[in-house]
Amino acid sequence: MRVQHLLALVTCGSLSFQPAFAAEKTSIDKGEGSVDIVAWPGYIERGDTKKDFDWVTDFEKKTGCKVNVKTAGTSDEMVALMNEGGFDLVTASGDASLRLIAGKKVAPINTKLIKSWNSIDPRLQKAPWHTVNGEHYGVPYQWGSNVLMYRSDVFKEAPNSWAVVFQETTLPDGKSNKGRVQAFDGPIYIADAALYLMTHKPELGIKDPYELTEAQYKAALELLRGQRKIVQRYWHDPMVQIDDFTNEGVVASSSWPFQVNLLNSQKKPVASTVPKEGATGWADTTMMHVDAKHPNCAYMWMEHSIDPKVQGDLAAWFGSVPSVLAACKGNALLTDDGCKTNGAGNFEKIHFWRTPVAKCSTQSAGCVPYYRWVSDYIAVLGGR
Amino acid sequence: MIPAILDTPAPHERTLRRLSDLLVRRHNLLVLILLVPPLLWLGMVYLGSLFVFLAQSIFSIDEFSGTIVREPTLATLAELFRPANFDILMRTVSIAAAVTVLCAIIGFPMAYYAARYAGPRAKAAFYLAVMMPLWSSYLVKIYGWKLLLAKEGAIGWIAGRLGLGPALEAWLALPLVGGPSLSVSYTGMVLVFTYLWLPFMILPMHAALERVPSSLIEAAGDLGASPGRTFRTIILPLALPGVVAGAIFTFSLTLGDYIVPQIIGTSALVLGQAVYTLQGTAGNIPLSAAFSLVPILVMALFLTLAKKMGAFDAL
Repeated sequence: MRVQHLLALVTCGSLSFQPAFAAEKTSIDKGEGSVDIVAWPGYIERGDTKKDFDWVTDFEKKTGCKVNVKTAGTSDEMVALMNEGGFDLVTASGDASLRLIAGKKVAPINTKLIKSWNSIDPRLQKAPWHTVNGEHYGVPYQWGSNVLMYRSDVFKEAPNSWAVVFQETTLPDGKSNKGRVQAFDGPIYIADAALYLMTHKPELGIKDPYELTEAQYKAALELLRGQRKIVQRYWHDPMVQIDDFTNEGVVASSSWPFQVNLLNSQKKPVASTVPKEGATGWADTTMMHVDAKHPNCAYMWMEHSIDPKVQGDLAAWFGSVPSVLAACKGNALLTDDGCKTNGAGNFEKIHFWRTPVAKCSTQSAGCVPYYRWVSDYIAVLGGR
Repeated sequence: MIPAILDTPAPHERTLRRLSDLLVRRHNLLVLILLVPPLLWLGMVYLGSLFVFLAQSIFSIDEFSGTIVREPTLATLAELFRPANFDILMRTVSIAAAVTVLCAIIGFPMAYYAARYAGPRAKAAFYLAVMMPLWSSYLVKIYGWKLLLAKEGAIGWIAGRLGLGPALEAWLALPLVGGPSLSVSYTGMVLVFTYLWLPFMILPMHAALERVPSSLIEAAGDLGASPGRTFRTIILPLALPGVVAGAIFTFSLTLGDYIVPQIIGTSALVLGQAVYTLQGTAGNIPLSAAFSLVPILVMALFLTLAKKMGAFDAL
């Protein structure tokens, strides 16, 4: 791991001196026989895990491009893999995508070559996490939101505010929420606290939960320190959270639709909501490497990736929302309620995940960069 | 024609023979040649990369842009003493120490029984029982323990059935070791670590105890020493190297682990997690390198003490 990281650093350093190289493709020729993709686990399924969930086999038969998937568990891993090279595509989240564009690792996409481009949800077509200076650096794949998951046997009505996980209160069952709520254990959770303050302390002037001035940042940390006292565990692994909702008496937490769907499939009394403050979320984009060895197959996959059937199946599998709205209707696996369950109606309420940087657009005084989020969140977890 | 060729050795064969003569005469040369590949591996690939990484700890991160400043400074190392960071160090070392002590206390009677009383059959069963947990996956064991320790899990249930529910509640209400449930408390974390590393404590202890001559114990008894005194003055000093050898395993394994604390415990970070988080998205390589120095120093100290106690005689 250490060696790998150093290598990545070295390659970063040496490659940043190369001139920008981004000749746009003008036509798609015959496939090269294979395509190599870096993806989140569960994002590209060929029916190995469950037979019904397969959106690779048909593509391979149709195009003759064999799909090779390398899964990566974190955005950092994805950036490191793309820096090393040897891959054609990556399903990058908002925090990785801009880093990849800035590092000149991914090529602009000629949207004219993606026949179904116009079928993509218009709200995603020009999303800032893949569009830089009017150039598109990828094809939107899926998005999702963090949700407030709660036990429906404790809350008769959906809680309408994140306050149930941020501040000590008495829950509808008459007992305190102390030791019965969870929070996410990544530093990016500071943005959730900032989002909460946006509504509850408007005098702080928070405009964007990922762009915080010193004072706003301090207030968010203060809120989180208070939250530390009522949190049972900071969750990290979705499976552990599922177990905590089942066996540990946890009743409310920020979560992903994935856990909600899984718990519902086990007939557990669990539901989810996006409270009035809104929520944080993620949006992923399929991006092409500048030195892709199989650009034709890569373009064919990008076109295939926004096929309504693929999008619907994937959304059902992953608990995410399709980037093609047509996928929401008539998909057997997703069902007609699937998009709604996974949060399709919440787009406007979602602040998509981004890496906080020092130079930010909404605050002229500059913002607190991500590395400080990390060290300060460590302190919060440790009770400091 | 053919005999003539056999008589005078081919030039190729001559060089080989000369080479072998050289190697026989110069013994050190042979040793050197044999050692070069592993030394290159250890020196360059392993130690080299480790030192390159550790050397980063004298750099610092630019407060404003978050980029690494490549100028020697002690600021990053000093950051380790910031309260939040120092907490992590103290927390990790305390957990490792608690796990080691607990392993020694639980492991000693088992090792003693197997070394002194067990027959051949019981001994085989003992080895099997000690080694068996090592056969299953580490992650499976941790998740298994999470279920056992859960609020509505097996341990809580059994305690409730035995009427020990209030005792468990009282323990969990204690300030440091308690928490909302066993699986999110330091108690649970120490228990799981103890379970995981116990075999590494029992086996060296057993080896050391087997070497204690029974004649000495009998002599002590003949000379009128009480069993307690025999234990203190004969058995324990002679078995101590084994205990220390086991302690090296349990202590260093706990010090470096970062998987268990993710699943069981209070969510407060330990050393391994801190290094992992800092070198990840944070890109704060200098601080993570500084953190990595700590277990190396702690282990160096531990090993020096262990050597003084003769731990390496038992290996």
